[in-house]
Amino acid sequence: MAKKTVETPERYQLRLTVSASPHLRAGIEIPRVMFDVLIALAPALIGAVYFFRLGAVKVVAACVISSVATEYVCSKWLFRKRVMIDDWSAVLCGLLLAFCLPPTTPVWASAVGGMCAIFFGKMVFGGLGQNIFNPALVGRAILLMSWPVAMTTWTTPIDGVTSASPLAIVKQGLKDVPLPGYWDLFIGNVPGSLGETSALLLLLGGIYLLYRKVITWHIPVAFIGTVAVMSGLLSRDPIFEILAGGVFLGAFFMATDMVTSPLTRKGQLIFAIGCGVITCVIRGFGGYPEGVCYSILVMNAVTPLIDRFTVPREFGRVRGKNK
Amino acid sequence: MKLTAFKGGIHPAENKITAGMPVEQMTAPKMAVFPVSQHLGAPAKPVVKIGDRVLRGQIIAEPGGFVSVPIHSSISGEVVAIGDFPHPLGLTMTAIVVENDGLDEEIGYEEMDPSGLDADAIKKRILAGGVVGLGGATFPTHVKLSPPKEKKIDTVILNGAECEPFLTADHRLMLEQGDRILSGLLIIMRALGVERGFVGIENNKPDAIASLQDLAKKHKNIEVAGLKVHYPQGAEKQLIKTLVNREVPPGGLPMDVGCVVQNVGTAAAVYDAVALGKPIMDRIVTVSGPAMKNPKNVLVRLGTPFFEVIEYCGGLSEDTAKVIMGGPMMGIAQYTLNVPVIKSTSGILAFTKRDVDENAPRACIRCGKCVNACPMGLMPNELVKAIDNKDWELAEKLNVLSCIECGSCSFSCIGRRPIIQLLKYGKAETAKFKRNREEAEKSKAEQAGKN
Repeated sequence: MAKKTVETPERYQLRLTVSASPHLRAGIEIPRVMFDVLIALAPALIGAVYFFRLGAVKVVAACVISSVATEYVCSKWLFRKRVMIDDWSAVLCGLLLAFCLPPTTPVWASAVGGMCAIFFGKMVFGGLGQNIFNPALVGRAILLMSWPVAMTTWTTPIDGVTSASPLAIVKQGLKDVPLPGYWDLFIGNVPGSLGETSALLLLLGGIYLLYRKVITWHIPVAFIGTVAVMSGLLSRDPIFEILAGGVFLGAFFMATDMVTSPLTRKGQLIFAIGCGVITCVIRGFGGYPEGVCYSILVMNAVTPLIDRFTVPREFGRVRGKNK
Repeated sequence: MKLTAFKGGIHPAENKITAGMPVEQMTAPKMAVFPVSQHLGAPAKPVVKIGDRVLRGQIIAEPGGFVSVPIHSSISGEVVAIGDFPHPLGLTMTAIVVENDGLDEEIGYEEMDPSGLDADAIKKRILAGGVVGLGGATFPTHVKLSPPKEKKIDTVILNGAECEPFLTADHRLMLEQGDRILSGLLIIMRALGVERGFVGIENNKPDAIASLQDLAKKHKNIEVAGLKVHYPQGAEKQLIKTLVNREVPPGGLPMDVGCVVQNVGTAAAVYDAVALGKPIMDRIVTVSGPAMKNPKNVLVRLGTPFFEVIEYCGGLSEDTAKVIMGGPMMGIAQYTLNVPVIKSTSGILAFTKRDVDENAPRACIRCGKCVNACPMGLMPNELVKAIDNKDWELAEKLNVLSCIECGSCSFSCIGRRPIIQLLKYGKAETAKFKRNREEAEKSKAEQAGKN
């Protein structure tokens, strides 16, 4: 280079950040998304505490604390990776697990559930984003297998008298127990898992998630719609079937888990319809009165396959034409 | 007219701060730096020596091949250096440095009536004017106007979408010099023997749309269309899809579907080169961003160092942390402000420390936002995994080579993952892998042919 050339004035000799494009981001990030789901669960949580009192508080606290603690311990000492409990995902997992447990679940069992959910449901796969199954449902499935009686003992709201859940009444054909009315089912004034009973409060949260664009309508609408249609076909009461049990909790909060549901809208529709069908099959023909949990777990397992068959069409490529 | 939306895309905050600001002519720089490569293709070859006196408009480097263009001086003065110089696209590049003598002596230009010129004469004058795609890709325009005979071109599209946030250079050009653009479009259509011309402009520039529509009334075969504000509407393939509902096949070019797309600025430059005989010597640059003290649209002489342009716009705020050339979605971050304005410098944007993303990426939680945002129908999340594993075969199968690097995936990513960075790397490596495989297959076939 020759002697005389352009000199940068000192005030323009800056330390500049060099990074690849784009230089803008949408600004919505994982912790915010997880926190949005927690906000969406708040009405149902308040409802749970109202209906099931101290029982709900104990189960929720045990599940959340054990989930977060398990993730911390696993990341820090067992797998030795960055501790990411600040992303709220462990809190969310614990809360969702608590929501699908009976309010009478012993504290120690709740804590074991939280540990199992995080350890077997999430950390062994490599942590957030790597798991195949919804961790909260893994936790619930393990508890249900291990302590079947405790996991299916229901109590009435407020006064806490042991009573059969609406779906169990149907399953066992209990003639002398009256079925709850639609209104009680809708607001959640029925026996059941502590966070699943109130369709109204879950729907409020679901609308918030739709408004915040955390979820799209595809999974909840297809899931609930399928349960309604399929129940009708099996000559069961469609309104009772979607309001009783965990359909709203599953459709808005469990099946919409980003990690374990398909990527594309089309895949999500297939996934949700599958969830609805399996739920009805288990309720109608299976050994359990309720099938939401297992239907989602089964469809979680099918998700990679669905993703494989719902690859978006590349721009400019004609369908069916090989490369 | 009927428009067809393309799939995917995003809508970043538009931030067109300078939209209402008329273009200001900036003073000529004390020293101008002309890299010999400001275009895609072979670098130009310097034809001046240190100590030579050059005039404004004089050729200082000749084309280095067919896919190449000459470089002209934008000021009059003495050549003081020829050597490596920082280039805004990164690293260094041979450049010719001219010291301004303040006289601004210009060479004479030969005006011609474009309606008397045939295609070859038009292309010759476009080449002589050093015209390249001014939207950013800088592909030599005379090459783009020379499609192979078997490609039947029936549509010319001018790109005035300017879908990048902040940038308003094309907006001001369309508003202030619409007749230059339309005259250029007619010349391009003439060179290609095409009867149909479109100008596509995003609806956030209603004044530019109205003004061009008004000017286009005289020409029955030109249509000016307002387009939905939707990034990346200004990407060539997405623009063609929207305006004429044709999809360029994977690995193909617009000419495969009968289209030629040029930026509106390029059309104006074509008019200058063909009708007036004037080469590209200046361009409108949007100088903006949160860290820029007085954002402006300025007409800058090519070769002007960035810091002089920034100085003209009142300088940078204290907490400036990043300066990029181009728009924020696809622009290139600069490590020094001692780089010159080149033909593709549509913007100089400065960002503060607060705007710079310095946090570590989080995990991919398969939210699918990148898949839904990709305007090319790719699965960026799967591609990133393949590239992380250096699995070029899988990356090729997942069509990494179709990525247009628009940045919609990284923009949408809730795990703030560096998706585009990986895709750029993956594209380069996969192209290499594909070439090697094809060569191996070819030599194998030749071997088999011999036996």
